[in-house]
Amino acid sequence: MTDPSPTAIDEWSIRRIVRTMIPLLAALSVLQLVSGTVLETYEEVLLRYPALLVLVPVQIGTAGNLASITCSRLTTQLYLGTYEFSPSNPALRANAVAVFGLAATVFGAVGVAAWAIGVALGGSLALGLVLLISLVSGMLLAVLVVVASVVAVEVSYRVGLNPDDTTIPVVTNLCDIAGVLILFAVVSVVL
Amino acid sequence: MPGHDSAREIYRQALPVIGVSLIAGLFAGTVLGSETMRANIAEVPGLLLLLPAFLATRGGVYGSLGARLSTGLHQGIIEPRFRLDRRLTNAIVASFLNGMTVSVFIAVVTYLTLVLFGDGGSLFQLVGVMVVAGLLSAVLMITVLIVVIFVGYRRGLDPDNVIGPVVTTLGDVFGVFFLLVGVAAVRAVS
Repeated sequence: MTDPSPTAIDEWSIRRIVRTMIPLLAALSVLQLVSGTVLETYEEVLLRYPALLVLVPVQIGTAGNLASITCSRLTTQLYLGTYEFSPSNPALRANAVAVFGLAATVFGAVGVAAWAIGVALGGSLALGLVLLISLVSGMLLAVLVVVASVVAVEVSYRVGLNPDDTTIPVVTNLCDIAGVLILFAVVSVVL
Repeated sequence: MPGHDSAREIYRQALPVIGVSLIAGLFAGTVLGSETMRANIAEVPGLLLLLPAFLATRGGVYGSLGARLSTGLHQGIIEPRFRLDRRLTNAIVASFLNGMTVSVFIAVVTYLTLVLFGDGGSLFQLVGVMVVAGLLSAVLMITVLIVVIFVGYRRGLDPDNVIGPVVTTLGDVFGVFFLLVGVAAVRAVS
């Protein structure tokens, strides 16, 4: 182990942070513009079932929150040396269990809220059905959050990029795009 | 010890913030569907097209700033004090540059998309709206993030558990509002 301070200062240089993030953020913005146009193709289904219209942004936002928490925790653990790329690592396990617990709680609440708002807006989907859609797609998103966060941290670290700069933008953007696809896949199976 | 938290502890700290974030998200959706917002969307071609990219960018930029500060605090290389430290100012300046650069980039790409599909639109208007909205959200997000992270950390809260929801909540509610301010500012100038 060499003296950690020179690398630590380097990790915090403006040039390094900007150089890592600008190309990544630019590429992700273009992806977002593309996914915005994909969402427009589902407009008809969304307008027919207002409960689903409420589900889309809230579900994506919640998955993004879970992703930020996971990524932020993993990068801290990486720098503290308590992280290890292994299923038996206790820190990794605690993160994963917490994400699944939070997802089950929040996506249950989201399902009930979306159903209530949908009814208020004149929708006709049953509570059980909205709850089923919210929980199944939400738990699938939670799996994606955990897997994508671990992979993003591992890949960033191996290619020499600071995971603090790269993982949150990548995983939250992935959740935005996958969230829509997963939701509509579950809807087409359930409805 | 940081990094050795149990799943129960993470759940307990994160759930209230995610809950608030959820309610704010529902509220932001309602604002977006409101008549004032719909009128502004109709008036500025491209506003709806750039909205998801704009919101996602700020999540990425300021979420990363939060993750970086949290890592620094846990490592003990930055102090939870409101004092100008070189690492802290570097991280802030870098996130500001990232946020502004990408905002302008999104405006330009949106303009090019509009040109490509023949919908018209003004480059000056789009860049103007994004500069104003980007600047206002940078000031707000950086200020609130530093306060929440430092004060939270000193009171025993792990910033890792709350940064994401805080950024999402502020971003959703104020991002939409700042776009409206941007539209009004550009209209006043032109």
